[in-house]
Amino acid sequence: MSDIWWMILRRLALGVLTLFVVTLLIFGAIQLLPGDPAQAILGQAATPETLAALRTELGLDLPAWQRYLNWISGVLHGDFGVSLANKRPISELIAGRLANTLFLALYAAVIAVPLSLALGILAALWRGSWFDRAINVLTLSSISFPEFFVAYILIFWLAQSGLFPSISNIPPGAPLAEKLYRTFLPALTLTLVVTAHMMRMTRAAIINLLASPYIEMARLKGMGPTRVIVHHALPNALAPIINVVALNLAYLITGVVVVEVVFVYPGLGQLMVDSVAKRDIPVVQAAALIFAAAYILLNLAADVLSTLSNPRLVNKR
Amino acid sequence: MTEAASNKPVLLTIRGLRIEGPPDEKWNEIVKGVDLSLHRGEVLGLIGESGAGKSTLGLAAMGFTRDGCRISGGSIDFDGIDLLTAPEPVRRGLRGKRIAYVAQSAAASFNPAHRLIDQYSEGPVQHGVMSKAEAQRDAMELYRRMRLPNPDEIGFRYPHQVSGGQLQRAMTAMAMACRPDLIIFDEPTTALDVTTQIEVLSAIRDIVAQFDTAAIYITHDLAVVAQMADRIKVLLHGEEVEEADTRTMLSAPREDYTKSLWAVRSFERGAQPALPAADVPVVEMRNIVAAYGPVPVLHDVSFEIHRRRTVAVVGESGSGKSTAARVITGLLPPSSGSVLFEGQPLPADYRQRSKDQLRQAQMIYQMADTALNPKHRIREIIGRPVHFYLGKSGKALTERVRELLHLIELEPDKFIDRLPSELSGGQKQRIGIARALAAEPRFIICDEVTSALDQLVAEGILRLLDRLQTEFDLAYMFITHDLATVKAIADEVVVMKDGRVVEQGPKAEMFAPPHDPYTELLLSSVPEMDPDWLDRLLAERAAGRAGGTVQASER
Repeated sequence: MSDIWWMILRRLALGVLTLFVVTLLIFGAIQLLPGDPAQAILGQAATPETLAALRTELGLDLPAWQRYLNWISGVLHGDFGVSLANKRPISELIAGRLANTLFLALYAAVIAVPLSLALGILAALWRGSWFDRAINVLTLSSISFPEFFVAYILIFWLAQSGLFPSISNIPPGAPLAEKLYRTFLPALTLTLVVTAHMMRMTRAAIINLLASPYIEMARLKGMGPTRVIVHHALPNALAPIINVVALNLAYLITGVVVVEVVFVYPGLGQLMVDSVAKRDIPVVQAAALIFAAAYILLNLAADVLSTLSNPRLVNKR
Repeated sequence: MTEAASNKPVLLTIRGLRIEGPPDEKWNEIVKGVDLSLHRGEVLGLIGESGAGKSTLGLAAMGFTRDGCRISGGSIDFDGIDLLTAPEPVRRGLRGKRIAYVAQSAAASFNPAHRLIDQYSEGPVQHGVMSKAEAQRDAMELYRRMRLPNPDEIGFRYPHQVSGGQLQRAMTAMAMACRPDLIIFDEPTTALDVTTQIEVLSAIRDIVAQFDTAAIYITHDLAVVAQMADRIKVLLHGEEVEEADTRTMLSAPREDYTKSLWAVRSFERGAQPALPAADVPVVEMRNIVAAYGPVPVLHDVSFEIHRRRTVAVVGESGSGKSTAARVITGLLPPSSGSVLFEGQPLPADYRQRSKDQLRQAQMIYQMADTALNPKHRIREIIGRPVHFYLGKSGKALTERVRELLHLIELEPDKFIDRLPSELSGGQKQRIGIARALAAEPRFIICDEVTSALDQLVAEGILRLLDRLQTEFDLAYMFITHDLATVKAIADEVVVMKDGRVVEQGPKAEMFAPPHDPYTELLLSSVPEMDPDWLDRLLAERAAGRAGGTVQASER
């Protein structure tokens, strides 16, 4: 087991290194954004003097490397700075939004992951049947439509009829059931978007193994089709499945801007898009950094879990 | 046992069985109307080349066909149950419980995700024969009877933690779990070294006798089947050639095909003229020490290979034979020692060798299947080294490829535009040879080139290699664990064990006593075409003669 801890430690160190490279990229990319934050804040009426004063106040007159150092040392101390737009501390601004995003992602994941695993296993079990084909067509069509289109279709069917609200704003302190009810449509949209990928990978990973000698052996031991798939094929197919699940979870956290906008859901993605529009650079940087960290952490978890799922890597000779 | 067995009731009857295989455009028949009957407690040997339909027939005895195959005629009756009309749940109930299967490669047939003992208990528990705790106790008992080391503990390992020979015995134990009436053994020792094979063979034979289990023993190795079977049935292209009890079959085969099988090991290369005293060896390994990371593999290995000479390097898997080849080709730079080519030292790493140095040493691989790019046509496979090493292109290139195909006795017009998948195993290996020849080398390493082939085909390959050697003045290094091949083709023999050379010298000396104890063990482990060979050998070893004893080994 100590090998596993070493691996986790090594991957964590690599993750931190990646994150550092990402901060450079984020900072560099932001420098390439057109427009001047001071100009954006003060508007057309600004005089050259006020602009210069604001630039000095925001530290925009410092050389780039110095601004990067200031930013990164703040981040290391847990201080993301203050928003340019409304002067509120960014950590405070982001905390609520991040919680919302994570809530929605978790909600969608709790539906989508078991659903796609179950569908994938059933499709592998009944491969070639009408069920297999129908489920393939359905999931493929739901992934092929743009997210906003799926969202509007769901609004058309489920919100127009009054079953679910089309706007997912959550009053502070709402009970869980209320939150689940109000965010059902965005969660369902996201589920439809990510299920196809995970389900097809589950199906393919299992079917890939069905020609293996040990699967034939299981059948020759008189095991039924369900046991062959679930007990003999699935444990050996876990690594690719785990990786696809992790990728989709990362997408659920970082890629949901459009869905948030459609359902007016106060998530992190929406905050980031707004901030880009307002040239609120510190907020954009902070949000980008959180997204990057989520990606890195989920991939790390996927690596560790797929290693743990393989006895050849856990139990050395 | 034969007389006793034929008095017992019939367990399995197959009549006029026809099985059709994966349709390319139309269904092609793999098994063409075979009859078979088996008494309780009897062992029937099924023998034939690959593609003869042995495995298909063996699986059909379980009411099982591989995906894409179908049974198109005949009947299979197992103890009063018609396996062709019985519903699938009934057949499933028989499999593993009353009819069990032992596969060729235990390493591939054990599920890598589960412990051995859990795979053992799966059958009894799922078939409702025993509780899990009972099955585990039973497993340890059978592991003990199969002479596995640490029988109480070995089941709790995963397949990758156990050696091939042990896995094969664990699989036989697993097949015994429900005390079936019939076991199908599908080439259970083909993938094993001769020394390991003996242990598995004797363990299988004992346990089959102890529980009076009937068995169908499928193999292409005549000497093995002679030890195991009461009766032998010979198959060719899905049809029965003949059937007789083992002794009759061995002493008086009726059909020509059977006689040709029996006569296969007839090829033997004549003695070569003595070397001139000052002959510089084509390749010389001098005091090579090599390691994979921290694990030492070769210890002070030295041997030389001369022009027109074949040096066979023999030993069990893990003895360092293939590593020696990797050192010569520069794939594994040694930690000390040097490789000399015609007296000149070669750079240790292949990346530092010149194109001409690379050209001089070529390889032919064991698995022609995986050594040829399945998407390339023969023209490209052979043409690439011609172009790369000799710079030919266009018309000259095609001409050379055709010439090479002639050399390996394949008709250029028919073969030049085929894909590897359109060739038989022997033809693929010939293409592998042509690819090695294409570089016009002085030296060729043959890594177990015949061990994946049937004996008749293998002999063709050996004759071809022999002819090419004289024609092109080649030096061969022949890596093999099959001593019959050594006898056929080698001039000199190098015996390796645990990364050391234990004995080396001319073939004639090697096969005549006195031997090094390990050479003795290897030689005495080669099955002979005599039904009493295994009994005699085991008795001799028990008495402490004939090199080593059969015991639970760590291998």
